[in-house]
Amino acid sequence: MDFFLQILVTGIVVGSIYGLVALGFVLIYRSSDVLNLANGEFVLIGGYVCLTIMTASNLPFIVALLITLVISVLLGFSVERLVIRPLKNAPVISIIMATIGLASLLGGLVHMVWGHRTRTFPQVFPSEPIHFGGLIITPVYLWSFITVLVLLVTFTLFFKFSKMGIAMRAVADDAKAAMSMGISVKNVLAVTWAIAAVVAAIGGTLLGMINGVGPIMATIGLTVLPVVILGGLDSIGGAIIGGFLIGIIQNLAGGYLDPMVGGGLKEVVPFIIVLLILLLKPYGLFGKGGAERV
Amino acid sequence: MKSILGKNLGNYRTSYRADMALLNSRNKKIGMVILLLVIFLLPMFASNYFIGLMTLCIISSIGAIGLNILTGFTGQISIGVGAFLGVGGYASAILTTSMGYSFWIALPLAGIITAIIGGLFGIPSLRLKGLYLAIATLAAQFVILFIIRRWVSLTNGTSGMVLQRPTIGDFALSSNTSYYYLSAIAFLLSAFYAINLVRSRTGRAFFAVRDRDMAAQIMGINLFKYKVMAFAISSFFIGIAGSLLAHYTMIVSPEFYEINVSIQYLAMILIGGLGSVFGSILGAFFITLLPVVLNIIVGSLSGILTDLSHILSAFEEFVFGAVIILFLIFEPGGLAHMWSNTVNYFKKWPFSY
Repeated sequence: MDFFLQILVTGIVVGSIYGLVALGFVLIYRSSDVLNLANGEFVLIGGYVCLTIMTASNLPFIVALLITLVISVLLGFSVERLVIRPLKNAPVISIIMATIGLASLLGGLVHMVWGHRTRTFPQVFPSEPIHFGGLIITPVYLWSFITVLVLLVTFTLFFKFSKMGIAMRAVADDAKAAMSMGISVKNVLAVTWAIAAVVAAIGGTLLGMINGVGPIMATIGLTVLPVVILGGLDSIGGAIIGGFLIGIIQNLAGGYLDPMVGGGLKEVVPFIIVLLILLLKPYGLFGKGGAERV
Repeated sequence: MKSILGKNLGNYRTSYRADMALLNSRNKKIGMVILLLVIFLLPMFASNYFIGLMTLCIISSIGAIGLNILTGFTGQISIGVGAFLGVGGYASAILTTSMGYSFWIALPLAGIITAIIGGLFGIPSLRLKGLYLAIATLAAQFVILFIIRRWVSLTNGTSGMVLQRPTIGDFALSSNTSYYYLSAIAFLLSAFYAINLVRSRTGRAFFAVRDRDMAAQIMGINLFKYKVMAFAISSFFIGIAGSLLAHYTMIVSPEFYEINVSIQYLAMILIGGLGSVFGSILGAFFITLLPVVLNIIVGSLSGILTDLSHILSAFEEFVFGAVIILFLIFEPGGLAHMWSNTVNYFKKWPFSY
């Protein structure tokens, strides 16, 4: 029973980070119909930048994180301006391919600057695990869970009440109608990309504190795809719930079934779920499927 | 009327036969003869290394033509080419090494097996399009590779399998040159088939499905049949390419068929030109030769700058991404479009209309 609960807790924590990164995907998909396959590289850059600032300058964690977020905002703006805006009316495949190209470009850049070695994060949170009855939770896990919850609430409020949030929802709903109401679609898209980059950088920092920062981190960009498919590509709540579900299922499969097949199931299970979901309920648990006209 | 360069400006065909001919002008016939001569006489002039490179380019072209039939002609995005190459390679490896069949039976069988598996993974395409289909094929990539890795009794798992070069009677195609000829013949047949496919009823149905699948359905095109068919035909080519590649490198291993291979093939057809057989070939050559050229450039620079070799792979990745983005933004039609623009410019030269 303890084994099960431990797996469940790990699943929830990993899932919360998945949810966070998936949030970046969903934000961009909602407002511009672009699937950002370079999200993993955004995560990677966030992790590396925060780590470098902390080790190079001895600044406190929170300051380093804020500088990282500013850099991420700039990254998001420039990606939108240089790559996405010129391809505004391009077909789906071009945009998918552009973000794949972007992933390769950013990945190459990161490896040129930081190399391929995995680096460990300086200690930020105490390392002694906290005991809840029989369960053991390391503080990093707890903090990442709290961060995700805080961000989730913040974004919900942001979309509900702030002017920019409402403008983003309007653009997501119908870009042309939003434009005719005087909303600057360009600015909204730029802000969307900046927010997505910020969210990814936070995810990268948290992941870096758990596993160390290394090239392997970028794979979360692909691992998170099942999450958004499960939750529905256009649903923010779906991204978070999908994140938890995939995190839990993945860890359950890893814990119980891996010994039977000889490992590696953890990475594949999400994609098996994707195939099933796409066959049974293509628009995910919470997504809206549109009617199609000829 | 003829242009200064001797090209006919306009159609002067008087029979249906002439209208249907593939090589419908004298220049095209001459061009074809020159192309064939270059392909078959190349080994006499080029070094062994260069022939090896050309073999790789030619095999990639077969795969790229296959992917273009699916993505460029029929509009179904696939990010799972790498895994399907793997299916072709492993099918060939298992048939020849474990079961002892000859290469000449294994090659078409590998194509057919890949076609069947590709068709199976094409079934979801009936309900899914665009992004969702892209993700489904991405999932296929991971699931197929997982099966290859874990089905150790059949595929020997992560350690891979060793293959032999094919033989004709007692003569083994072990030299680069002989294998180059084999690949070149397979390549010419594939290109010829693909060019004719575009002109056929099936090809037109593919185009209709790409442009608006619902409208195509209303006009009586059986979507299920043609979508699955596109997946199957495309996978057949990719399986053949996988089998040829496996016998060329004489080894198959799961890490040869990772997601980055899928991305390379997508880059080939995008940079070459979607929906163009000629473009697929140009793109395949471009992407296959890009790292080689970069390697030479970095090698020559390292004399001036200090040791750059350690960042070479990262630099390749960077340039690869940059090239894709630049092509998408500045020349979405790809190399094929650039080529036809150049040709059209000279067709009417020195007049612009």
